[in-house]
Amino acid sequence: MAKFFGSSSPSVIEMKGNGDYAIQARGLTRRFGAVVAVNNVDLDVPSGKIYGFLGPNGSGKSTTIRMLCGLLTPSSGQAKVLGLDAGRDAEALKREIGYMTQRFSLYEDLSIKENLQFIGEVYAIPRRERRRRMDELLSRFSLTERQRQRAGTLSGGQKQRLALAAATMHRPRLLLLDEPTSAVDPSNRRDFWEALFELAEQGATILVSTHYMDEAVRCHKLAILDRGVKVADGSPRSLGENIGTHVIEVQAADADAAHLALREIPRIVSLTRLGARLRVQIPKHIANPAAVVSQTLRDAGIAADIGQVFPDIEDIFVAVTELREVESEAQAADAP
Amino acid sequence: MKSLIRIFAIMHKELLQLSRDRLTFGMIVGIPLIQLLLFGYAINTDVRNLTAAYVDEADSHLSRQLIADLGATQVVALRQRVASVEELVQLLDAGAVSVGVAIPDDFDRRVISRDRPALQLLVDGTDPIILGVAEGLAAIPLQFDSQSGLQPRQRMVEVRNYYNPERRSAVNIVPSLVGVVLTMTMVLFTGVAIVRERERGNLELLINTPVRTVELMLGKIVPYIVIGLIQLVIILAVGRVIFSVPIMGSEWQVLLAALIFISANLSLGLLISTVAATQFQAMQMTFFFFLPSILLSGFMFPFEGMPEIAQGIAEVLPLTHFNRLIRGIVLRGVDVSMMMQEIFALAAFTAVALTLAVLRFSKRLD
Repeated sequence: MAKFFGSSSPSVIEMKGNGDYAIQARGLTRRFGAVVAVNNVDLDVPSGKIYGFLGPNGSGKSTTIRMLCGLLTPSSGQAKVLGLDAGRDAEALKREIGYMTQRFSLYEDLSIKENLQFIGEVYAIPRRERRRRMDELLSRFSLTERQRQRAGTLSGGQKQRLALAAATMHRPRLLLLDEPTSAVDPSNRRDFWEALFELAEQGATILVSTHYMDEAVRCHKLAILDRGVKVADGSPRSLGENIGTHVIEVQAADADAAHLALREIPRIVSLTRLGARLRVQIPKHIANPAAVVSQTLRDAGIAADIGQVFPDIEDIFVAVTELREVESEAQAADAP
Repeated sequence: MKSLIRIFAIMHKELLQLSRDRLTFGMIVGIPLIQLLLFGYAINTDVRNLTAAYVDEADSHLSRQLIADLGATQVVALRQRVASVEELVQLLDAGAVSVGVAIPDDFDRRVISRDRPALQLLVDGTDPIILGVAEGLAAIPLQFDSQSGLQPRQRMVEVRNYYNPERRSAVNIVPSLVGVVLTMTMVLFTGVAIVRERERGNLELLINTPVRTVELMLGKIVPYIVIGLIQLVIILAVGRVIFSVPIMGSEWQVLLAALIFISANLSLGLLISTVAATQFQAMQMTFFFFLPSILLSGFMFPFEGMPEIAQGIAEVLPLTHFNRLIRGIVLRGVDVSMMMQEIFALAAFTAVALTLAVLRFSKRLD
């Protein structure tokens, strides 16, 4: 009861000792009935960085974000966000974080300006400061000319800029963005990410979920989620270095034939076609992967250029999710 | 201070949205006007011009005088003269007339000797109101001309009609209609208020801001209080102009009673809004509440005539208490201090509904 009325003062930041993290979660779990949407997730999100959640739909990205901003109570585990307990101190936390929902959640029957004004008032920003901040945001997000237009009539990119402007209105220290670019064209996505880097430079921590690989690479750090489990995390570089596979790129004149032949390699993790090229992933414990691939192609009588390459983000994503698949199948096979 | 800013923010936003929602805006003015005209004209218990036919077997000076007098009352419209009582009965059976007047051939003698009823009224008793009117007709003292030397019969009981001397239904209906219209619109408007935000996805953003539940509820209620008062003014003003329903008591007391009644309905609407999952559900719940309000509150039928269980239910409905208040103040000119128990009942209802709504509303999604 009291927590809905009162504004219990935020507890003193307790986590100064353990480095500078905006978010620390341990064993975060959320069940909906029998379904485990988020399963035992640990997170360490450093302050002032852009942290990505990469995963397909239904991997638990939204549920995790909602637990971190206090909208959902974890079934077990806990999260410290900006030094506050995301469950207990949710109300105090709300003044410090900005949250951008997956679905456009501002008022479509209000204009851009009215929406921003409403948000400014709800955060009780003093009038003069509010006006200044609104002008600043309108011009930063190129919305000044359209400020009297109703939000419902805006394009996907404009809506998303408005939503980001609204989420940053009260200068939050932490931004939680739930698939902010899912309804936005590529050039708008570029602009959007420029804005995110600007915010990070100004000191904000940003947690952004996405299912675009190219966006994930832009993050300082990212976590890959698969069916509610965090399967990998780290910087894009370190993820590539620690990947469990070798990545071989094959350039063949007859890519179709090469594709068929390579499918026969035992314990192949993945085989991806990129136009005339093929990317083959082979488990790390196989000593000379390039030789295996070239031998296979030679046996099939296919001429090709073969080379081992550094894994890109898609390779990493495929590797961690496929390897997990293999493991769980192995476990299922072991079970009596 | 910050709390006030946030309440104001919600109010301001509600008003902006309201001014852009033409349907709702139309309902604010349209519902009271349509209801007022419908109920004011259609629901009419002072029945006039009942279709009637008559058979005059006496065909005397006296009987013709009687027919003329009956016609002059305007209670019945004697459209048709038939030859026999059988034909009269046929017309009644067919539903062509509601009342039949049968004058026997020895009418003059019966009038003079006064030993038996002089004439018969055949009445379609399926409608109790018509029956009542016809019975009233039987009591009309017929003024026969002085030559016949008859004095009108003296009635046993004299009825004195207070507050509504002309017996017009509009006098009874217009003030109560304030309550009916406010119940319908106020519960509906706030009933969909929070559900709509949930359906459109706005709620997830809203509950992530520092706005408190109480602030959100108050911010949603206050604009509608103003709208409710506008509706009150529309009904009473139009009631006065078209139906000549005067306000006997103090206008301020009408306002006070309406204010607390509006709050009760808005609080109930918010409670519905926290329970309903969709706007459609909210509307269904509103009508689930609206129907007993109309039937049991004394708007349609006298409260005293209802069985005890119905009276018990009626006591829980805000409209029952408001009907007593508004009829008292508007029609009888009673001071509100004499009806404080009704005010208390409405205040208690508001407090309970609002508390439940605040308790039920959670700033979480689980």
